[in-house]
Amino acid sequence: MLLKEVKELLNASVLTGEDHLERQTHSACGADLLSDVLVHVNNQSLLLTGLCNPQVMRTAEMLDIICVVMVRGKIPDENTLELAKERDICVLATNYTMFTASGILYSAGLRGGTGA
Amino acid sequence: MNDNIMTLKYCVSPEDFTRAGEASSDTKNKLKKMGVPPEVVRKVSIALYEGEINMVIHANGGEITVDITPDKIIMILKDIGPGIKDINKAMQAGYSTAPDAIRALGFGAGMGLPNMKKFSDEMDIQTIIDVGTTVTMIVNL
Repeated sequence: MLLKEVKELLNASVLTGEDHLERQTHSACGADLLSDVLVHVNNQSLLLTGLCNPQVMRTAEMLDIICVVMVRGKIPDENTLELAKERDICVLATNYTMFTASGILYSAGLRGGTGA
Repeated sequence: MNDNIMTLKYCVSPEDFTRAGEASSDTKNKLKKMGVPPEVVRKVSIALYEGEINMVIHANGGEITVDITPDKIIMILKDIGPGIKDINKAMQAGYSTAPDAIRALGFGAGMGLPNMKKFSDEMDIQTIIDVGTTVTMIVNL
């Protein structure tokens, strides 16, 4: 699924990485526990989370996650967004809850990766 | 014995949790630039990042040395923290002694050491109470 489709489906705003919207994600995971995210590894995946500290972007970087979707209307601080920008990570923000956002993407065909 | 291609050294600061991961990030970038296979880079990145986070949470920081040889990557994480009281418990998925403030940041799920073992080909822990802990992880190329 293209990131621009994710943006449209979730009625999301782009916080950083407007130029990455043509990139494709092959799987997704949703978690507020970064330790759990680190267990499930997938290439070119997308992370839905309500956490908005810099470690979210560090975790995304380690796992080659290309897009982080902030759920429940969360907006991370400037440092966190700057880190995402430096790491070429697209950050979207949606007002949907984790459950609803995940359901919308799942219904549209996006799936969890191995073990997720 | 193998000749080292490169040795990377980092000092992990205990003061700022937001900076935790800088050593892992730098190592990842250097390995990528050297043309190390992506699957190896991924394993090293995750194992090292978990270890680095652990050093910040539990051990007031420490030193990380990454030796890159022609056939393996050796990561040595050395701290002078409190030591691990019960390694068997610490290795159990879900067991955690992390404080609430750390949990609020998304860590402390008790997956750090199990994950480090999962993503490394060999792992050794030497720990002495009130002296410190040295974790050695090897990822084969």
